[in-house]
Amino acid sequence: MSEAELAARSPPPQSAPAAPVVVARDLSIDFGSMVALSDVSLSFTHGDFVSLIGPSGCGKTTLLRAVADLVPPSRGSLMVNGMTPGDARRARSYGYVFQAPALYPWRSVERNVMLPLEIMGLPKAEQRRRAAHYLGLVGLGDFARKFPWQLSGGMQQRASIARALSFEPALLLMDEPFGALDEITRDGLNLHLHELWRRSGLTCVFVTHSIPEAVFLSTRIVVMSPRPGRVIEIIESDLPAERDLDMRESAEFLRVAHRVREALRAGHSYD
Amino acid sequence: MTREQSGLRRAVDTAFPVFVVAVAAVVLWYAISAIIGTALLPRPDQVAATLGTSVFGWPVTSPRNLLYHAGVTAEAALVGLAFAIVLGVAIAVGIVHFRVLDRSLMPWVIASQTIPILAIAPMVVVVLGNLGLSGLPPKAAISGYLAFFPIVVGMVTGLRAPDSIQFDLMRTYSASGQQVFAKLRLPASVAFLFPALRVSVALSVMGAIVAELPTGAQAGLGARLLAGSYYGQTLMIWATLVMAALLSASLLGVTALAEAGLRAWRGGRL
Repeated sequence: MSEAELAARSPPPQSAPAAPVVVARDLSIDFGSMVALSDVSLSFTHGDFVSLIGPSGCGKTTLLRAVADLVPPSRGSLMVNGMTPGDARRARSYGYVFQAPALYPWRSVERNVMLPLEIMGLPKAEQRRRAAHYLGLVGLGDFARKFPWQLSGGMQQRASIARALSFEPALLLMDEPFGALDEITRDGLNLHLHELWRRSGLTCVFVTHSIPEAVFLSTRIVVMSPRPGRVIEIIESDLPAERDLDMRESAEFLRVAHRVREALRAGHSYD
Repeated sequence: MTREQSGLRRAVDTAFPVFVVAVAAVVLWYAISAIIGTALLPRPDQVAATLGTSVFGWPVTSPRNLLYHAGVTAEAALVGLAFAIVLGVAIAVGIVHFRVLDRSLMPWVIASQTIPILAIAPMVVVVLGNLGLSGLPPKAAISGYLAFFPIVVGMVTGLRAPDSIQFDLMRTYSASGQQVFAKLRLPASVAFLFPALRVSVALSVMGAIVAELPTGAQAGLGARLLAGSYYGQTLMIWATLVMAALLSASLLGVTALAEAGLRAWRGGRL
């Protein structure tokens, strides 16, 4: 992506108040008699990198799926880009990266990235240009003609990120995208994602159960606890915007990580 | 080892067991015909000679040439198969998209296959004959009736094969129902369509031959079998049976070629 293009997609200048991208008020979601999410209120602003962290069953994936209009809210309100989640989905406001790459095995990597563009009816030449561009951005430029099963797990997940970026949404929703990968691959992808976010001005909502991953990537960390799923604390990270993997051993990094761990522990003490 | 050598090696590995079974079958055939007599069971070389004379001794348009009869049967089988594919896919699409059809139609589709084809074939011929349809249409109808069932079962499974996150992905793009069908369900079903198609191809040939038995047809492998048994010509019956097997095998070969072509286009996997 050229610098000019990046600038065009960057968040508004610091002086302008940042627009809320996701606003939840007393949001609750039930699955039958099970309360998956209870009275969640929060607000994410443009350019945020938000991590939702918590143990299994805390409703972090449910919250993300509600933002994506894959799950309907039961009570309370939820707005995405000032619209209902359904309208935001129909306006194609977000890209979604699932736990599994969910690439279609009968399509080459390039044609997988072109899938949303085909559905949205972009001209063929533009589809090709975007696929080449975003595959290059995630470091898969040489693998366009390969098929998903010819790629490693990490490469498949990178392809799925390229696919989510290809239609250039301002909001990227990611549900434990690196959960199934080994730690080395995961570190590499975290760094990659951090740089992508910093250069593009995307708003990201990222579900994880890894404390270091959440602290490394995020500007704010939403700590959640289970039964019923609720928000314990929202931690604003004061780490510098520019980050590298070595900083995970710095004192300030460990301090933020400690706050997250304490909040997670507080959530568990209710059990 | 070079690519060609390993390819040759694979071909030999595949062909050898088939060859062994074929040799065993021929030996067994000779043994049985020696025991019960060639009037009841002609020897393989007699059958081969009859088949050879028929195919090479007469022009292809002559009723004495078995290729001519094979062509007549193949025509009915192919029309029946085309009918079966259209009907089978249409029923499968309906079953997958409408819960009502899933409940109401599927039991009838299964029930349809419990009716003995030999019982229903003469009735189909008579009914269609009264409507002024004789010759190809009743044969194709019976052939298609047998062949549509595997297509329905295979396509229903295939259209439902994508997992939930593949459907969720389409929802995040707010894809229309037709787009979900064309870009997800249909491509996913292809892997299930080909095994179904292999069964249907064999059934369509069988259906066409069965349909030729009661129709009093003048041409076709079924008519030839009937004539053979009517005149006690065991050699003619066996040569016709071998021709029927060759017809099925060559149609299956075409199916396998189509499958291989699609597989190559998809990078080596279906």
